[in-house]
Amino acid sequence: MAVAAIPTPIVRRTLRMTLASVFGPLGQVFLFVVGSAVVLSVVTVLIAVLLRGTRTDVDLVQATLVILPQVLIDGLVRGFLFATIALGYTMVYGVLEFINFAHGEIFMVGAFAGAAFGSVLASSGVLSALPVPLYVVVAVLVGMAVSGLLAVSIERVAYRPLRGAPRLVPLISAIGVSLLLQDAVRLIANLSGLGFNARFQTPNFGPPIRLAEIPVSPDRAIPLILDVRALTFIIAAILMLIGLNYLVNATKLGTAIRAVAQDRPTASLMGINVNQIIALTFLIGGALGGAAGVLFGIRVGTVNPYVGFLPGLKAFTAAVLGGIGNIPGAMVGGIVLGFLEAFVASYLSLMTAGAFSGASYADIVAFGILILILIFKPSGLLGEAVSQKV
Amino acid sequence: MKKQQLAFHIALGATLAALLAACAQPTPAPQQPEPTQPPAAEPTQPPAAEPTQPPAAEPTQPPAAGKGKIKIATQSPLSGGQAALGVGIRNGAELGLADMGKMLTDLGFEVELAPFDDQAKPEVGAANAKNIASDPDILCVVGHLNSGVALASLPTYRDVSLAMVSPANTNPKITESGYPNAFRVVGRDDVQGAVGEEFARTEMGVKSVYIIHDKTDYGQGVAEFFRQQAEKNGLQVLGFEGTEEKSNFESILTPILAANPDLIYFGGIYDQAAPLFRQARDRGITAKFLGPDGLDSPELLKLAGDAVKGMYYTSVAAPVSQFPDAAKFAEDYKAKYNEDAPPFSAQAYDAMGICIRAIKDAAEKNGGNKPTREQVLQAIREGGEYKGITGTYKFNAKGDPEKAVYFVLQVSEEDGDPAVVWNKNAVVKKLEIPAP
Repeated sequence: MAVAAIPTPIVRRTLRMTLASVFGPLGQVFLFVVGSAVVLSVVTVLIAVLLRGTRTDVDLVQATLVILPQVLIDGLVRGFLFATIALGYTMVYGVLEFINFAHGEIFMVGAFAGAAFGSVLASSGVLSALPVPLYVVVAVLVGMAVSGLLAVSIERVAYRPLRGAPRLVPLISAIGVSLLLQDAVRLIANLSGLGFNARFQTPNFGPPIRLAEIPVSPDRAIPLILDVRALTFIIAAILMLIGLNYLVNATKLGTAIRAVAQDRPTASLMGINVNQIIALTFLIGGALGGAAGVLFGIRVGTVNPYVGFLPGLKAFTAAVLGGIGNIPGAMVGGIVLGFLEAFVASYLSLMTAGAFSGASYADIVAFGILILILIFKPSGLLGEAVSQKV
Repeated sequence: MKKQQLAFHIALGATLAALLAACAQPTPAPQQPEPTQPPAAEPTQPPAAEPTQPPAAEPTQPPAAGKGKIKIATQSPLSGGQAALGVGIRNGAELGLADMGKMLTDLGFEVELAPFDDQAKPEVGAANAKNIASDPDILCVVGHLNSGVALASLPTYRDVSLAMVSPANTNPKITESGYPNAFRVVGRDDVQGAVGEEFARTEMGVKSVYIIHDKTDYGQGVAEFFRQQAEKNGLQVLGFEGTEEKSNFESILTPILAANPDLIYFGGIYDQAAPLFRQARDRGITAKFLGPDGLDSPELLKLAGDAVKGMYYTSVAAPVSQFPDAAKFAEDYKAKYNEDAPPFSAQAYDAMGICIRAIKDAAEKNGGNKPTREQVLQAIREGGEYKGITGTYKFNAKGDPEKAVYFVLQVSEEDGDPAVVWNKNAVVKKLEIPAP
């Protein structure tokens, strides 16, 4: 079936084929998003019904339902964050079978590039006058350019000379690059006046959108809100995923990337410049990471040089969860992990009557579930459904 | 192995110095004002001279050549997210040594500051403490910023009887754990938590609170004292959560949005508080904010912006402008480091002063010779009142100041450079409370 994905060169793609190859994988991702949201919601509500008798002070079922829409939105945003970073891991793994542990730092550098961009705009006084959509597009492009070029240079300097070396050697090189980037950014941030904790300045996004008011008692209603920044994140992430799927599944470059991923020596015999394609993979992965960094910075408002470590680790986990080397898998893994974390963080404390703090145990529970999934499905959620890498 | 080598080198150096001094008596002793003072009689100190000293713990001091060097260490985060406060402590101590070090140079000692960077991490602080302990010239430590780091380092200091005078640690465990060598010039979190709770209940008029902390000894400690008081006094506690997250607080804020508290109390440091408060406002949470002295930094305003304008926080250290005696310090600080003196820097100046006075007293008791660490520790204990620039301190048996001052402050609503605006924060309440 892997062969079938590479059409014979003479065939011209029809629009229908292009759309099918772009939106086919996205449909799969969409099904997983809806599926995991429904399953987690049902399980949570069931637990709430079962535990209803244990709490007398609050109505557990009502409390659960009231924040459920908000938790789903949180999970989705978190999931798209992990998904966009995980794509960088999985694409590099697809072509090189190598885990680029510096990818979390590439994400962080993107966030800092955005912060520096915002700071420059603010000091020249144009920031607040800038329309929000224009600002987002330009800032994301800046982050993509910086991170993409950085990823390509890292590949050239730290990984390419080690191409023939044993597997562990480039891995260690990657860890070294990761530490180097953290401290280099720390130094630059402190010298440049951004500071260790850099404020991510943006134009005013306006108040959050109020989707509904959920009444909990006659005199009190809880607003269901959608932060404009979260909406920006979701829209931008979806656009990037569509773009990536188009590039990989419906263009000549994408065909070359997939060919290199399948069999590097044979691809090079077929006239593909393997080094160029590998650099291109790093460029795309890095640019996606940089865009995620900027969107993350816009959303949280503060970045520091260590901000990439945990999201990087979790995105790597997401890539493995989805089936490493598999692009739709990385998206699915990221979104499932995001949902798991959001549900545990928001509900654990409520369900256990405050005995366990949800925020502190979210990672433990989410990763515990991951271990379970991987025990029963070691190749990841989509690892077997699609045997083809990238 | 390494320690032995070091000890050997120091001993060698000491012997050489003694020989040198014996051969060339008239070498220019740096600024020795009293030429009448008898030069150290015995070039090789017999061990019997110091009965308290455990054998082989420290090599013999170089007795001559200006009586040797005395170092005072500082430990605080000089890099990382909390460096704004940590560098202030180092600078405050440095100014203190520059102003008051004369007391020791007049006695013929060379003085030197030995700053260490604990990175606000307990493991780094403990490793630095081992280095400090193995340097026999260090007779006193000014530090730390973070209680958790101080608690990790204190056992090492205790083992070598090294005094630690803290300008900022507020966790009760610092002085309640039975360390004979722990002192501080600030108040305690059990009192600070209670002060905050009382202010929230009576003057802010809130009925319910959601408490978040950073899971450190300091942050969780003060948050727990706040919770105890709240539960005792009928302020409804809607949640109590800890998190080490530094940037993305969405999953903590969702339950808060549902709980709809009147007040969010954050036990922790400004670098975490700022994004938390800002994201809370972004999500439409209208609860008031309150927090302890860890929030006391212009960085809070820089990072959180409008979200924290007008908010209250409790502190054990008011802005330097609140201390009339510290006016000269504030000027000197600005002149030397080109920024306004941050919170706790004036306290670090006083902690340095306490160290210097104790070393001087101990040296005088020791016949003008360099005192041992035990003697310095003893001198701090028996030192009586010390009048510093931030107040008058007298330590009780545990190492707490007998009376400490607690403040409730309000962040200024003015616009402008955060570093400048922060100094305009108003003191809403000032309480002098004896140590419990």
